[in-house]
Amino acid sequence: MIDNTNDTLSKIVAFSINDKEYGVDVQYVVSIEKIMPITRVPNVPSYIKGVINLRGIIIPIIDLRTRFQIEEKPYDEHTRIVIIKIKDKQVGFIVDEAHDVIQISEGNVEAQPDIIGSEKKEYIDGIIKIEDRLLMLLNIEQIMNV
Amino acid sequence: MKKMEMNQYLEVFIEESREHLQNCNEQLLQLEKNPENITIVNEIFRSAHTLKGMSATMGYEDMANLTHQMENVLDGIRNGKFDVSSDLIDLIFIAIDQLEAMVESIASGGDGSADVQETVEKLKFFGTEGSLPPQSDSKKEKVTSDINETSSSLKLTYDTYEMTVLEQSFEQGYIAYELTVSLRPDCLLKSARVYMVFNVLEKLGDIIKSNPPVEQLEEEQFDLQFTMTVITNESKEDIVKKIMKVSEIDNVHVVPIQLEDLQNKQKSTGETHPKKEDTNQKKDTEPKEQVQQKNKRGNLHKTIRVNINRLDELMNLFEELVIDRGRLEQISKDINHPELTDTVEKMSRVSSNLQSIILTMRMVPVESVFNRFPKMVRQLSRELHKKINLQIIGQETELDRTVIDQIGDPIVHLLRNSIDHGIEMPEERRKKGKPEEGSIELKAYHSGNHVFIEIIDDGAGINREKVLEKAIRKGVVSEEKADRLTDKEVYDLIFSSGFSTAEKITDISGRGVGLDVVKNTIESLGGSITVQSERDKGTRFTIQLPLTLTIISVMLVEIKQEKYAIPLTSIIETAIIKRSEIQYAHEQPVIDFRGKVVPLIFLKDVFQVPGEELEDDFLSIVIVRKGEKLAALVVDSFIGQQEIVLKSLGNFLTNVFAISGATILGNGQVALIIDCNALIK
Repeated sequence: MIDNTNDTLSKIVAFSINDKEYGVDVQYVVSIEKIMPITRVPNVPSYIKGVINLRGIIIPIIDLRTRFQIEEKPYDEHTRIVIIKIKDKQVGFIVDEAHDVIQISEGNVEAQPDIIGSEKKEYIDGIIKIEDRLLMLLNIEQIMNV
Repeated sequence: MKKMEMNQYLEVFIEESREHLQNCNEQLLQLEKNPENITIVNEIFRSAHTLKGMSATMGYEDMANLTHQMENVLDGIRNGKFDVSSDLIDLIFIAIDQLEAMVESIASGGDGSADVQETVEKLKFFGTEGSLPPQSDSKKEKVTSDINETSSSLKLTYDTYEMTVLEQSFEQGYIAYELTVSLRPDCLLKSARVYMVFNVLEKLGDIIKSNPPVEQLEEEQFDLQFTMTVITNESKEDIVKKIMKVSEIDNVHVVPIQLEDLQNKQKSTGETHPKKEDTNQKKDTEPKEQVQQKNKRGNLHKTIRVNINRLDELMNLFEELVIDRGRLEQISKDINHPELTDTVEKMSRVSSNLQSIILTMRMVPVESVFNRFPKMVRQLSRELHKKINLQIIGQETELDRTVIDQIGDPIVHLLRNSIDHGIEMPEERRKKGKPEEGSIELKAYHSGNHVFIEIIDDGAGINREKVLEKAIRKGVVSEEKADRLTDKEVYDLIFSSGFSTAEKITDISGRGVGLDVVKNTIESLGGSITVQSERDKGTRFTIQLPLTLTIISVMLVEIKQEKYAIPLTSIIETAIIKRSEIQYAHEQPVIDFRGKVVPLIFLKDVFQVPGEELEDDFLSIVIVRKGEKLAALVVDSFIGQQEIVLKSLGNFLTNVFAISGATILGNGQVALIIDCNALIK
């Protein structure tokens, strides 16, 4: 989707965790769901909260707060599960809130600064600056890497 | 036969040919063990005979030709003309291999032709001399002279159908003639004369064949002569007289057809025009043969072929139905309306029956994979000059069709591996004090929700040092680490990619693309492979495969707030025991269950279930098994038995310890399925 020309447009699904904004390329997003019952799966890393039944398909759920080592907070009516599909793997990301889909061009993406906060650097592909918003573009594969 | 008509018989032909060839394979192996047993020879002969008939009818000449020669040799054995030897069996195996290749070629849309000349001539030579030809040249001459000797005055040759017609006519007392009609050189309306001759003959009897064929005669595509075969009860003279009434006929030459001449002719030209029978003696055996075949047919059930995709589709639809059924059961329980409950119960019963039918439709015995191995093992052991006895156990074990289709190659590889690397040369075995003949056991059995396939040999075992040396050289493990590896870990190294321990590269295995591919294939089927080995005692490969029953019966249990499903196939029984009954053996809690010491496994600990501890005096346990081993799983309560649809956790969550998948319960929630095999060590 993103090629070398500077004004290639791509769409980003924007959501927030701990009052910071993040984004993932819309091509990986299957759907955005409200929080639903999660069945815990034993003996897996703590950021994998369990599995959900999404219309007959079992999908593992990753809590991005836990993954980014941010303090957990109870799920509420704003909590969303962003269902991601990359290659043959499907997972759901739990986020505090999902806002909108924004259109960006290549020019909006900058390399990440060295220190951006508590998230580990490898989870971030770059920083998106659009008007007065700052979004961190997530590296899905790194996040899913168990 | 026309192309269109043939197509509908083609599938039957291919299927039956495969069956008969397989039968030949099996019987031949038997024959080698019991060379004196004429019943086996008869059995092979029957298969070969049927093959010959079928292939000739379908017009596959090379096939018919080859089977014809094979039949002759078999007939020789039957009549005690020559003894069964390994060479002879090899020769027949070669013929069968070629036949198999031809059938596969036909199955994949080819014309089934192949260069079978060499084998045909070897068989032919054997048929007359009782030994293999010393050189192919001298034998070739002999073949030609044979043909010249037995040539008869008959001009036409007949296919199987025509032969049958002729034979039947003779039985009913008719006479058959070959009429060769010559027209006058000055004849102007050749086709008109042909028409008139045909007209006359058709009043006298039946024309079953003409040369050239009728179409060509009508188009005047012939010189002055044409030949016809007529079945009639008129005398030779009458026929000639009547034909001569047609004007512009020069002369008529009539040759009566004798059944014996016909058969001799077929025999001598068998190479190019294979026919039904070649000796009178075979004729004698035929009626019996047909009766037996009829009996065989009668026992078979009628079958239809269904595209596997349709079965998959049916299965998917049914899975959805099962989930809804669960939901419906839940609702009817909540509403508690007697009529609704009745209806739902009835529907559940019907759908259970439906389900078992759908599932069994997809199951195939592993026999269809295993039955090609005896021949393979025989061939390989001869090539490698090793003595090997292959034992197959449990070939009736059933597996899902999709698994069957893919499991063949991995097993072939493992068998080759055992034959090549496992079993030692006879001298070496003698030195080690083992019997010269090595043994390989191929075993299939069900256990729980899995099918196990084991390949066990009594060979040299895996050489730890060699494996390690190789692994270090290939950089699979570091030298420091290597020393600390347990034997089992070392053995597992043979499954890493690019690994081969054979000291010399042979045709059979050891090209380095091997066991890792086997492992990958098995894992892609949702199975696993393990290896056990003991130096000089042998090696055992165990393949564990899921039945891929996507719908299974489970016992739902509760552990604190969580629900888990335990496959019913793993469960022996459930029980409630007193806490005081727990004993300890090496700090492992155990119970005495019907005289057996069974380890106790607390699922709440294994699964680290959060929540408050319940201190109860009684424990609910589920006794599960893996093969012969038992374990008692401690749960909080039993919810009940239910049919569930097995769902995978997806490609992201693979290898979760002791969890084989998940299912969706009636209320839409997910419950995890416990893999008892992982819990029992």
